[in-house]
Amino acid sequence: MSDNKEILLEKVREFEKRTGHTVDSFPEDPNNTASVLKEPRYLSEPLSPEEARRQMFARSRRGFLVGGVAALAGIFGWRWMSDETKTALYKRAFALNERVSQIFYSPKRLAAEFPETRVTIPARFNGAEGLDEVVDVAAWRLRVGGLAGMTEDLVLTLDDIRKLPRTEMITEFKCIEGWSTIVHWAGVRFSDFAMHYSGKVRQDDLPAYVSLMTPDEKYFVGWDIQSILHPQTLLAYEMNGAPLTNEHGAPLRLASPTKYGIKQIKRIGRIEFTNERPADFWAQPEYGYDWYAGH
Amino acid sequence: MEKQLEKKHPLAIRWLHWVNFPLLLMMVWSGILIYWANQVYAIRIFGSELFKFFPPWFYDYLNIPFRLAEGLQLHFFFMWFFAGNGLIYIIYTIVSGEWRALVPIPASFKRAPLVALHDAHIVKKLPPQGKYNDAQRIAYTSIILMGAGSVITGFAIYKPTQLSWLTALLGGYEWARWEHFYLMVGYVLFFVVHIFQVAMAGWANFRSMITGYDIVDAIEPKPEPPVAAEEVPA
Repeated sequence: MSDNKEILLEKVREFEKRTGHTVDSFPEDPNNTASVLKEPRYLSEPLSPEEARRQMFARSRRGFLVGGVAALAGIFGWRWMSDETKTALYKRAFALNERVSQIFYSPKRLAAEFPETRVTIPARFNGAEGLDEVVDVAAWRLRVGGLAGMTEDLVLTLDDIRKLPRTEMITEFKCIEGWSTIVHWAGVRFSDFAMHYSGKVRQDDLPAYVSLMTPDEKYFVGWDIQSILHPQTLLAYEMNGAPLTNEHGAPLRLASPTKYGIKQIKRIGRIEFTNERPADFWAQPEYGYDWYAGH
Repeated sequence: MEKQLEKKHPLAIRWLHWVNFPLLLMMVWSGILIYWANQVYAIRIFGSELFKFFPPWFYDYLNIPFRLAEGLQLHFFFMWFFAGNGLIYIIYTIVSGEWRALVPIPASFKRAPLVALHDAHIVKKLPPQGKYNDAQRIAYTSIILMGAGSVITGFAIYKPTQLSWLTALLGGYEWARWEHFYLMVGYVLFFVVHIFQVAMAGWANFRSMITGYDIVDAIEPKPEPPVAAEEVPA
């Protein structure tokens, strides 16, 4: 701004200092932020210093009392709340988050895919639950339960799976720990598998959940039907151009960018369509992870 | 001399401000519980590591290791309250007109360094201001933008498939996590400076954030500022 304005303002400040008076704090100066934005002030009637102090003291007492009580209530309320109550609270929060997620969920929204050059080599390994024994791929069978009109499990070989349309994708695998890698998967869309074997004509007729577990039943996951029917959820038999290795879940595993790695079960032994919400390894109370864990 | 009580901070702003403190604290704390499981960030200069987030003593001292699940529980519980509180604050400042005291104008960016120099007792003159000076306007608006940034980057990490466009916009999943982390570091730095400034500003300023009021010298009945200045002989 112009020097004149600066000089005027200087004089105002000088006047204030010398006389001990406060000139209107918001003079009509284009440099004054308050006046430019028409910031209002709320002032009481002029008061004697004693009266001002008295009123301020009354306000302080009230303010600090209310604030102090609120702070103590917050701190001690949280401290005294039992772990059971907190756990129940978190569970309800997870359930609420799941409901909100499902309201906004659309199977049309796809995860980003990447060029082959971005694939993480070597693939990162994590989690060996349910993989204690080395699998005999020739003897391995996939059992499928909860199919319409069947009381017994349907038993499939890997070749039965391979006969279904092959799908490949290069997607980001995200671990709940916070790291991610890019993996080239090949396999069968779970939705193709489900529509081929479930005996249902429409996806909408399928039960609400799918339960999956390893042959030794030591690792198990539960999926909501929407996420497992997502076009990028695969029953994968190849990883980065080669059949799955033992540690990555040979001969068949789940691969999907719609949920964290904990949900992408390795070495599937049994699949069951069910209307009951299935148990999930990491969502058990002793671990406490989110059952939905959806992206 | 006569005094006046000036109402500085509306009740809503005071509650929203103080409630935000424990909420942000819980978000940072649970965030660190989560971060521990994949502690990859460090400040590096020319490839040499200056500071690792975080050193082992930090985790041990605060008993952070192996609490990922608890961190996720807390984070996804308190996120609603943190985001809600912030949203109410933004709506309130807009509806009440309080934003006028908080938003910087172009000149603020020029004058904020002067405010900083004044605070450091290097420059005597304080640029004209309203309820907040220009440095405060920038700081208090930035912190709200950072809050919005945390919510947005949080969404990008939380739902990277359903919101893949957002994740892509932020540079991808790993960049979004990086951004989410460093926004947290930004809050902590803000907090340190904020506490220091509040301590320097003194009791009346702190009290006004609790009671809403401050005592000011009474304003003379409208003296024409420049004329008044000239009428007084030097």
